[in-house]
Amino acid sequence: MSNDPASAPEPWELMKENIEMISGGIPWGRRMAFRFTRIEKGHAWGLQPWKERLVGDPDTGVIHGGVLTAFLDNLSGTAASSALSKPRFVATLDLRIDYMRPAEKGRDIIGEAECYHTTRNICFTRAWAYHESRDKVIATAAGAFAINKPRPAESIARMG
Amino acid sequence: MEEEDMKLTRADEVRAFIARTPLAQEMGLRCEVMGDEMTMIMPFQDKLIGNFMIKAIHGGAIGAFLELTSQAQVFLVTEHLARPPRPINLTIDYLRQGHAKDLYARAEITKMGRRMCSVRAEAWQDEREKPVTTLMAHFMVAGD
Repeated sequence: MSNDPASAPEPWELMKENIEMISGGIPWGRRMAFRFTRIEKGHAWGLQPWKERLVGDPDTGVIHGGVLTAFLDNLSGTAASSALSKPRFVATLDLRIDYMRPAEKGRDIIGEAECYHTTRNICFTRAWAYHESRDKVIATAAGAFAINKPRPAESIARMG
Repeated sequence: MEEEDMKLTRADEVRAFIARTPLAQEMGLRCEVMGDEMTMIMPFQDKLIGNFMIKAIHGGAIGAFLELTSQAQVFLVTEHLARPPRPINLTIDYLRQGHAKDLYARAEITKMGRRMCSVRAEAWQDEREKPVTTLMAHFMVAGD
């Protein structure tokens, strides 16, 4: 049966299928050249390339911390909505970022986020940004996201 | 002319920081410095949108705006700093949606220590009393 809930794809499955569309659907994300590389239930991975226009310190060429904030916010929000069993928008309530070490000039930044707990109204997330591995992290984030009201299933590809 | 007279004021240095920082230029930032006070302005641009269905400014862009505002404010009032300070950590509180219009921000130093300082900043649109987003951050001010 097509309206058997067991056969309906979960939001994260649709997000995974539409990963390119989700990456391109955020104007500021596109301007930062950010993209998602993988989505699983409650998890999101992405890539933030180094770009001259994102530099925060012209003397060192290091990307500004604010770019990492947007990067980890995007990943965390997607990890949060992919954790839910029904399609919902989530809105960032708060986000805490810790800067562990500067990113290196000219190098892409890899990021991953997980939603480790959800309640009826809130998703709790953590995220990491690094060049090679989580052992040498550039920044970490802890976030809380408010789960918004239901919305039409066809808008799911724009979830973010 | 004496070399002293050629020196840039700290306000000039803050303006120069905004003018030569690629991300601040990408975001179209402008600052108005009045003595030890400063207001940062982010004129609305389509590329700053985070959700095109509701035309809201991207939370990450607002976060970056508040971080740059805080950095500039600390630099403005900390004379021994040779360059804008580096952030240690920050917490962003998203209070209201950032609509498709100009955003303003101010930062104030809660505590200036010898090595670190604590800063609060807020961004608003129509009414200062209804902030869109607030930020709490720590910066290193020990010098390089």
